[in-house]
Formats: sequence, structure tokens, C-alpha cells
Amino acid sequence: MDRLFALVAVAVALVAAPFLKTVINRTKAAVAGRQGPPLLLPYRSLVRLMSKGAVYGSQTTWIFRAGPVVSLVSTMGALCLVPFAGRPALVHFEGDILLMAYLMGVGRFFTVFAAMDTGSSFEGMGADREAFFSALTEPSLLLGVAGLGAITGSLSLSGIYGKLGGSAFLGSNLPALIFILAAFVIVYLVENSRIPVDDPTTHLELTMIHEVMVLDHCGIDLAFIEYGGALKLWTMGLLVSGLVFPGGTGSLWLDVLLSLCCLMGFQVVVGLVESSSARLKMGRVPLLLAVAFVMSTLWIMWVVR
Amino acid sequence: MEFLLLGSVALYFLSALGSLSFGRRSPGGWIVPLSSVLSSLMAVLPLVSVLACGSILDFRVPWGFPVGSFHVRMDMLSGWFVLILSLVSPAVALYGRGYLSNRGETVRGSWTGFFLQMLSGGIFMVLISYDGILFLLSWEIMSMAAFFLVMFDHPREENRRAGWIYLVATHLGTAFLFFMFFLLGAKAGSFDLDSLLGLGGMANLVFPLAIVGFGAKAGFLGLHLWLPEAHPAAPSHGSALMSGVMVKTGIYGVLRVLAMAQEWPQWWGWLLLILGVASGLGGVVHSVVQRDLKRLLAFCTVENMGIILIGLGIGVLGTGYDRSVGVIAMGGALLHCLNHSLFKAGLFMAAGSVIKTAGTGDMDWLGGLCRTMPRTGTAFLVLCLSVCGLPPFNGFVGEFLIYTASYLTVVPGAMSSVGLRIGGFVAISSLALVGGLAAMAFLKAYGMVFLGFSRSDGAAKADPGSDMVVPMSSLTILCLVLGLAGSASILMAGSVATAVHPLDLSLGSLTPLAEVSKAYLNVSFISFVLFGAGFWLWRLRARLQRDRTVSLGPVWGCGYGNPSARMQYTGSSFSQPVFAAFRSFLRSEVAGSLPEGYFPGPSIFHADTSGVFHRYFYGPLFGTVMKVVGEARKLHHGGTHLYVFYVFAALVAVLLWSLR
Repeated sequence: MDRLFALVAVAVALVAAPFLKTVINRTKAAVAGRQGPPLLLPYRSLVRLMSKGAVYGSQTTWIFRAGPVVSLVSTMGALCLVPFAGRPALVHFEGDILLMAYLMGVGRFFTVFAAMDTGSSFEGMGADREAFFSALTEPSLLLGVAGLGAITGSLSLSGIYGKLGGSAFLGSNLPALIFILAAFVIVYLVENSRIPVDDPTTHLELTMIHEVMVLDHCGIDLAFIEYGGALKLWTMGLLVSGLVFPGGTGSLWLDVLLSLCCLMGFQVVVGLVESSSARLKMGRVPLLLAVAFVMSTLWIMWVVR
Repeated sequence: MEFLLLGSVALYFLSALGSLSFGRRSPGGWIVPLSSVLSSLMAVLPLVSVLACGSILDFRVPWGFPVGSFHVRMDMLSGWFVLILSLVSPAVALYGRGYLSNRGETVRGSWTGFFLQMLSGGIFMVLISYDGILFLLSWEIMSMAAFFLVMFDHPREENRRAGWIYLVATHLGTAFLFFMFFLLGAKAGSFDLDSLLGLGGMANLVFPLAIVGFGAKAGFLGLHLWLPEAHPAAPSHGSALMSGVMVKTGIYGVLRVLAMAQEWPQWWGWLLLILGVASGLGGVVHSVVQRDLKRLLAFCTVENMGIILIGLGIGVLGTGYDRSVGVIAMGGALLHCLNHSLFKAGLFMAAGSVIKTAGTGDMDWLGGLCRTMPRTGTAFLVLCLSVCGLPPFNGFVGEFLIYTASYLTVVPGAMSSVGLRIGGFVAISSLALVGGLAAMAFLKAYGMVFLGFSRSDGAAKADPGSDMVVPMSSLTILCLVLGLAGSASILMAGSVATAVHPLDLSLGSLTPLAEVSKAYLNVSFISFVLFGAGFWLWRLRARLQRDRTVSLGPVWGCGYGNPSARMQYTGSSFSQPVFAAFRSFLRSEVAGSLPEGYFPGPSIFHADTSGVFHRYFYGPLFGTVMKVVGEARKLHHGGTHLYVFYVFAALVAVLLWSLR
């Protein structure tokens, strides 16, 4: 039964992930007083990209072509490890957070390699920023999960998010949870290249981070990348929204409904953040990540005595 | 069994002599690789009996020296490291044949073969010596053989300097080891390791000595200075053996001391952990900012020693509280020793191929080799993924164990000691940061060497011959196999880890490892599924593109249609963020001039990251030593009357002392 639920959850994620982009963009549009894009625009652009041919840089190799495939596949792998609505994920074992973090790493590796394969300076610029910022988010993510593990007494994501409901919240661990949540939100913004770190809608190559790495991809490759990005939004979004609403109401449908609302609500928050703040200077980003790291360490004051 | 083991060692030394005698003639080139392969084959049976069946091979004959005896023993711990040597050594020897061919220097080739086999044999002897004196003797054979390998290209001044630094470093380390063994031997009245069990109650004095002595060989931060100098200087197969296997003898030594101690004080664990964090972070930050490929790899060795030390630290700390955590972390450290040997040796081989065919190891002058050296490029890609600990390759398995052990310390359970939890906390955060930055170093290494445009005309023409590609590829395949069969390797390393444990172990202690190993089956499973999914997507991609126009064109350059290789991002630019963020730690000296004016002339940028320790610790230290020694020289100015006075003064002093 759990297996079946997890399978359905993954299937729903695979279908609904691009919609998260719509939520963010609609929120931004509403704040700016615009009408916003059509609801199914991400899907339409995926279909459009899938039906195109391609132009490749004259000296790119197979790595450039394999990059999108590998990063999409590894994000799918990460998706299978994240629990939904407090129910166990499709695959769960002690220490699966490491596999999740490192699978994301594999995806990043190939995205960066594909960018460097073009030999363009812009892509090199994006590549080194992405690599560096991601390197700095890693400790926050893994330590935050360690804190959650210390609170719930479990080592797997499914165990942690399954046990978070109810008492863990209202006890003395509440401040610890809030700090971990804050750290995760920052990690989310960085990893998914949102403002205040990166701007997905920017048009100046010099200031891009993630966007510039995929400048030279087109057609089906770009579709893979866009889709992988949407899946990443969903996967990491579950890590954050699972902290806010861990499930445990007793009714399956209510859990699912509230979890989905929470996930969408979090995207609205991201949209609000994007509308209300500007990008940081590049040199300031490591400081933001240092803040995230400090946030993810503070749980030790409440949890370890 | 013992006969096979001794034969396997002897073969190394015999083939060293063989390389000297027949190396000038063409078939001589085969002596070294063949004997290495034969040696490893001979070691198979002893290794199986030790590692799989848990037997102990012991051989002892008295010798003519007044102290010590020829006492050789292979137990689980030795066996594990002998396994590492037996896997890497044949590949290295075979690669060396290709690497040294057509250099037109058979003389040097035969000498290199000699020292290479002496190094392998010396390492082997170090690992199985069970007597202090024999151990030190082997240790010196190994260290000196490595010195001559570093001096391989001695006409170049920087290589002579590297050899010199290595010589000083290794002998500083050896001095501490001498001190340690003589302290122990004097107390116990024998140098046999059996009689030193429990370290004769001097454990707390012996352990720091061992850390410094063995640390100089393993390249812990602060004692690592010789690594980035020596590895680039040695021929690439020499660096592969040194970085892959010789450095591990330092780890082996620490483990041997741990195994001899009956109990492990907590502060040992903290010392190992702090050293590990320092080596890991220090090594990786230096690694990212290097320009030279082999220097980058050398610093990466320091970083991986740090990861191993973190594992040992958590292992020793955990043993005080909860055995399962200790065993898991120890197993992780041991497994990472094996894995690091495989991918680091492979990486040095790949670097050697690049240097041999492209003529330089400076990453800012390379690029695009993926197209001219496809096989080396693919192998290097896999090795990069392994070294960064990414699934499904073998680097992930060891790190997974160390991480899991650290996570177990923070999860409340049988033990909720604050100290141990803080230890786990430190381990997790530093491992994560080290992992991220290591990824950066290797993104740079691979991207700058193999991807993009070639940055100079001298770039490679073609893949090297198969005698260089095959050994490198075989190590690469091993990396993949050990990663996919992670569960099995966890159990293997786990049984060795339990052997190191000082506690009296029942069979029950293997259960946590069995659990981790079972958990790892999921990783292998997911890897296979993802391989399948990736293959399917690749096919889909091909099918969708089959009947559409797929063309080639220039990449986007902001409308500038004529990009050149000079305009590419260089390795130095790639590591600039790290360079800037860790400025205060790296203490680099930056010199340069920006282009100025309306018609800018040439601009220069030069950064020198020679390292903090050179400038702030060893420089002043050796300066002081020189001053003191210089003062002492005045006692010795050569006048006979002065010496007569010394003799007289000594006599008087002895007289006075006897009249006390």
C-alpha cells in the first residue's frame, strides 16, 4: 500500500512539477499588477522544444549531449527518495539523504561539464559560480538533515518526515525546527537559482548563473533541462513544505491535499520573495550561504544537551 | 602460504635487480610489469586465506643483527593494505613501460624500473614486518626508493628542490618513528610487535609520536609539504604508486599503533578528527587553486587523507561510546583507503598521458583533449566522479560509511554523549564542505583539460598506446565495479575494521555493518534503474532528432561570431571565487596590472599560492635551525689546539662525574 502510494506520488510529481513554475510566475505577475502567463505555459513550451531540431556548437562532444540526460535522470532518482505527505518514499533506507544530495551532485556535475564543453567564457563564468555556491550549500543541507535526524531519531528522509507530525513540533524542539527550515529555504533558493542569488529571467549573460550554463542547449536537450529544473523545484520543495506540514492528520486525502497546498503555498512565498527583493552582489552570496550554515547548526543548542 | 607470501615480496626485489641487468635491452621492458603481475598472482592465495578466512600468516627467523629478528606476519590489517598494493602495482608497472618508451633513455628507464620495484617491495615489507627494526629498515628502503623516483628528472632544478624537500620531510618523520620504536623497545626489552602490545603503558606518549612520524608519510596537513612538490616531479607512474599506495603506509602505521593499543583514550579520537578536518579542508582549498594538474592531484591526496582521518577519528571516538559507530567509521576509513588508491593511481596515470602527449600539465594551456584522446578522456571522467564521491562509483561507498557513522552519532540512541555528538556534527559539516569543494577542483581539472577549445598549439595529437590506456582503464572499471558492488566491499572492509578494534569482539559486532551493507543495496539498485532510464532517454532523444535538421554552428558569444581559444575561461578564472573566499587562508601573492587607457596594452596577472606553512611555519623554523647550527659551527673551526682542549675538557668532566 505504501509502495503504491509512493509510486502514485512520483507519477503525480512527474506530471505536475512544471506547474510549480506557473505558480511562481503567476505570483510575481500578480504582485507586479500583470495578468501573468497562461496556466499551462510550461507544458506548452516543453512540447514545443521537444518538436524542434537542434544546433550544436561546432566543437562540442558527446558530453554536451549527455549532460541534460544525466542531470534529468539524477533528479528523477532524487525524487524517488523524498517522502510525500508523511508517507514513506518509493525507496528509503538509512542514510538516503546522502544519496539524494550526491545524486543532485551528479546532475550538477554534468550540467557544468556540458557548459564547459562549449568553450564559451560566459558558460565558464556560470559554471564556476554554480559549482562554488553549490559547494557552500552542501553543509547546510546535510547538517540540517542531521538536526532533523537528531530530533526524530531516524536516519532516512522517510523516517524523519514521517515522524515529524504532531509532538515533535510543539515541544522544545520548535526553535530548532524553525532554524532548520530557514536554512532549507535559503538552500532551496540557491539550488534552484532563484532571486536573491540568481535570476531565472535575467537577460544579461554576465550576471547569469544557471541560465548561462544552458545558453547553448536547444530543442530536446533544453526540454530535458527545463523539465529537470521543474522536478528539482518539486523535490526540494517537498523537503521544505514537509517541515511546515508533515502530515499526520490521520486521513490520507486530507494529508495529500494539505501537502499539495503547502507545496504550492511555498512556491507563492518564493514568488513573493522574488518580487520583493533584488539580487545580491556576487561577492555577497557566500555570506548568505554562511548565514544558512549558521542556521543549520543552531539546532544543536536545543537538541543536544 | 607463508612461502607464497615471501615469494611474492622477493619477486619485487628480484625484478628490481632484473630491471637493472636487462633493462638496457628491449625485452627488459617486460621484466617489471610481468613480475608485478606474477607477484600479485602469488599474493592471491595468501590474501584470500587472510581476508576471507581470517587466518594469520606468520614467519620468523632470527638474523645476525644484535637486535630484532626477521619476523613477518600478515593479519587482516596488513592483508587489506597488501590487497591495495597488489591491485595498483601491476597496473602501475605496465603503465610505466608505455610511459617510458620512446623517450630514448633506456638507462634511466632501467633505473626507474629498479626503484619502482624497490618501492613496491619496500611498501610490501613495511606492511608485513612484525618487528620494529625490520619495520624501520623496510620504511627506509621504501622512502629512499621514492626519493630516487622523485629525482628521476634531476637535470631540472625544481625537481632537485622537490627531492630535497621530500628527503627532509621523510627523514623528519622517520626520526619520530625511530624515537617511538626505541622508547617502546627499551621498555619492553624486545622489538617484536607482539611484545609491544598495549604500548607498554606509554600509549599517550607514543601516539603523538606515531601521528607525526606516520603523518609525514601520509601527508597530514602541516606535514604535507613534500606532496605537491614530489608528485609532479616523479614520473607519472611513480606518482601513481606514491600517491596511491605509499601514502597509505602512513595510515597503516597509525592503524597498527591503534591495533597495538589495548584501549583508545578519547583525546586520540579528537586529535585524529581535528587533523582530518584540517587536512580535508586545507588540502581541498589548495587543490582548487592549483594550475598544474599533478599538483592539484597531490593536494587532493592530502584532502582524501583528511577524509580517511575523519573516519578514523569518529571510529576512535565512537568506540568509547558505542561499538557499532566505531566499526562503521573504521570500515569507511579502510574502504576509502582502497578506493582512493584505485582512483588516485588512475588519475595520475591519466595526467601522465596528458603530459606525455600534450607536453604540459599546466591547465591554462590545455583544453579540448576529449576529442583527440577519447579513451583517456572517458576514463578521466569516471575517475573524477569517483574521486568526488558521487554515486554509483566507489568513492561514494567509503564516504557513505563515514557519513552514516557520523549521522549515527547525532541520532539519539544508546549513547547521547554531548562530546561524541559534537564530533559527528563537525565531521558531517566538514565532509560536506570538502565534498563540494572537491567537486569544484575536479570540475576544473576535467573541464580545463578535456573540454572546450584547445588553448595551445601543442595539445595532444592522439591517445597514447594501449599499454598506457589499458592499465588506466582497468583501474577505472574497478572503480565502477566496486561502486556497484558496494555492499560486498562494505562487508569486506568491515571485517578488517573489526580486527583493528581493541575490544574483544563477538560475531555480533558485524550486525551494524551488515545493516549498512543492506542499505547500500538500495543505492546499487537505484543506480541500475537510473542507468536504464538514462539509456532510454538517450534513445528517445536520438529517435526524436532522427528526421529533423541537426546542424553545427558557433556557440553564443553575445553576438560576437569569432571566438578564439584565448577567450575561453581558464582554470585560474574558474577557481577565482574560491581564491577570493579563502584569500585569508591561502595567503596568495598576487601581482599584475589591469589594462588601462583608451588603447589598452597587455595586462598581466600572476598568483603564487606557495602555501601558508612554507611561509609562516617551516621557513622560520628552518631559519632558526640554521642560525643555531651556524652558531655551533664556531666550535669547530679546525685549529688543532682547540680540539686538544676539547679532549682535555672532556677528560676533566668525566673525572669529575666519576668522583661524584
